[in-house]
Amino acid sequence: MDRGPQHTARPSGSAPPGLTRVRTPRSAGEQVIKVLLAGAAVLSVLTTMGIVVTLITEASKFFGEIPFGDFFLGTDWAPLAGGDSQSFGVVPLLWSTLYLTLIALLVAIPLGLGVGIYLAEYASPRVRKVFKPIVELLAGIPTIVFGYFALTFFTPLLADVGIDLQVFNGLSGGIILGILVLPTIASVSEDAMSAVPQSLREGAFGLGAAKWQVVVRVVFPAALSGIVAALVLGASRAIGETVVILVASGNNPNLTFDLTVAHQNMAAFIANVARSDVSAGSVAYATIFAVGTTLFVMTFLLNLVAIRFVRKYRQVYE
Amino acid sequence: MAVAETAITRKVVQRASSGARTKDLLFRAALLLCLFIAVLFLGVLIVDVAIDGVPLITPEFLTNFPSRLFPEESGIRPALIGTLYLMVLCAAFIVPIGVAAAVYLEEYADPSRWYNRLIEVNIQNLASVPSVVYGILGLAFIVRGPIDIWGLGKGSPTLLAGALTLGLLVLPVVIIVSREAIRAVPPSIREGSLALGATKWQTIWKQVLPGSVAGIATGVILALSRAIGETAPLILVGAIAFRLTDPTIDGQFSALPIAIFQAAGEPRPEFQILAAGAIVVLLAVLLLMNSLAIYLRNRYEQKW
Repeated sequence: MDRGPQHTARPSGSAPPGLTRVRTPRSAGEQVIKVLLAGAAVLSVLTTMGIVVTLITEASKFFGEIPFGDFFLGTDWAPLAGGDSQSFGVVPLLWSTLYLTLIALLVAIPLGLGVGIYLAEYASPRVRKVFKPIVELLAGIPTIVFGYFALTFFTPLLADVGIDLQVFNGLSGGIILGILVLPTIASVSEDAMSAVPQSLREGAFGLGAAKWQVVVRVVFPAALSGIVAALVLGASRAIGETVVILVASGNNPNLTFDLTVAHQNMAAFIANVARSDVSAGSVAYATIFAVGTTLFVMTFLLNLVAIRFVRKYRQVYE
Repeated sequence: MAVAETAITRKVVQRASSGARTKDLLFRAALLLCLFIAVLFLGVLIVDVAIDGVPLITPEFLTNFPSRLFPEESGIRPALIGTLYLMVLCAAFIVPIGVAAAVYLEEYADPSRWYNRLIEVNIQNLASVPSVVYGILGLAFIVRGPIDIWGLGKGSPTLLAGALTLGLLVLPVVIIVSREAIRAVPPSIREGSLALGATKWQTIWKQVLPGSVAGIATGVILALSRAIGETAPLILVGAIAFRLTDPTIDGQFSALPIAIFQAAGEPRPEFQILAAGAIVVLLAVLLLMNSLAIYLRNRYEQKW
C-alpha cells in the first residue's frame, strides 16, 4: 500500500520491486493468500446460508404451532391480537403486498421504460449526460425520505385534489413505491437497449422505417430479454420495500381493492413487529420468520428469473 | 443511439409519410413526459424537504439530544454520531472483505468451476435480497445468535451488530464494483509484471490494486451511502430513536434514518417536521460522500 501510488503514476516505467526480491519459499505464501481471498468470497455464500438457515429454523418453530394450511389459506390476519382473536391467515398480507406492488408497477413500468427508451434512443450525448445522473440521484435517495414525502406531501396532495382517503392509505404508498422503483427499470432497460447493435437500427432505417417504428418494432423486441429482466427486478424491489409502506400506508393489510384504506406489505409487517413490544419467543414474534421466509422465497425466485434474462441478452449481443 | 444516425437515415425519416411523422412526434413527446414526471418528482421532493428542513438546521439541532417535550430544543446528536460510527465500522468491514473477494473472483477463480459460478450467481442474487431480510439475519444471527462471539451485545442490540448487518447488506455492491475496476486494468500490465519475475500476489498488490484504486474507492463510497440510508435493517437489529447519551460501539445506538422514521410517525406536526431537518442532514452527508467519490474518480482514475 505504501509504495502503491508511485506505481500508479508510472505503471510500466521503473522495474517492479518484485524483481529484486530473493527467492524465498514464497509459493507457500502465495497459496495462503489465495485461500484467504477465497475465504472472503465464500463469506457471501455463508451470508446466503445464514439467511436460509435462520429462516428455516425459526419458521419451522412457527409452523410447529400453526398448521401450514391455516397460514397460507387463512384470510383472517391478526397475529398481534390477544387471546382468541389472534389469527394467522396470511392471505390478506400477501394480497396487500401484491396489490401495492401492482400499483407501483403500473406507475413504474410506463415511466421507467419511457425514461429508459428516451435515454437510450433519443437523447443526445449532452442531454444524456445531464439526465442520467438525475435518474441515478433518484435511485440514491434513501427510501425513508420517500416515506416521509408520501406521508407529509403526497397524501395531503391527493386529498386536496378531492380523493377521499385515510391518512394511511395504499394509494399514496403504492404510487411513491412506483417512483422508487422507476430508476431500476429505467437504467436496466436502457442498458439492454444500448446493447442492441447499431446495424439493426440502420437496417430498419434503410427499409424506410420512421424513428418510432425502429424503436418500437426493432430495438424494443431485440432488447426484450433485458427489458423483462428490468421489470422483474423492479417487481422484486417493490415487493421487498419496507419503509415507504411502513410510514405511508399503515399497520394492517386489507383484503380489498380499495386503495384509500391502509395496506401493509410483508416487509413492513416484519419491521412493525420487530419494533413493537411483542416478546421474543412468542408465536406472534415467530411470525416475523414465517413471513420473512415467504418474502425471501418470492424475491429469490424473481431474482433468479432476472439474472437468467440478463445473461440471455448479454450472450446475444456482447 | 441518435449519435450514429447517418445523413441518409435522416433523409429517409424526413421522407416518411406525414402520418408517421406525427406519430414520431407523439412518441417522442410521450417519452419526454415520462422523463419530465420523474424529474418533477425528484425536484418537488427535494424542494419540499428543503423548505421544511433547512430552517431547522442550527448548531443546536446538530448537537442537542432529542426531546419529547420541546420541539425547538430537540436535536439529532446521537443519531448523527451513530450514523458516522456506523459508516466507519461498516467501511472497516467491507473494504478488506469486499476487495479480497473481488480479487479472488477476478484474478484467481476459474469461472468454469461450479463453485466459482455458484459464488458469482450468489453475489448477484444477494444484491437484490430485500434489506429487511438482512435485518432478520442481523437480528437472529448477529444480535442474538452465533456470530456474537465477542459477547459484545450479550444478546442486546449494539452499534457493532448494526454495522455488521449493514456491511453484509452492501458487500455485494463493493464486490461487483471492485471487480469491474480490477477488470479494467489491462492484462498487459499483469503480463509485464509477471515477466519481470514478480509473483502473482506481488503483481496484484503492486500493479493491479494501485491501478484500480479509483474504481474501488468509488464502489466503497457508493456502498456506504447506501448503507447509511437504510432504515429497515436497523429497525430489525433494534436501533432506537431516543438516546440520551452518545452511542458506543458495544451499546445501544441511534442513526439518522431511525430518527427520521421516528419523527415522521409523530402525530404532533411540530415534532413531525423535525424529520425534515434530519433528512436535510442525511442528504447533505450523502451529497458530501458522492462529491468525494466524483473527486477521487477524476483525481486518481487511471487511463491505460
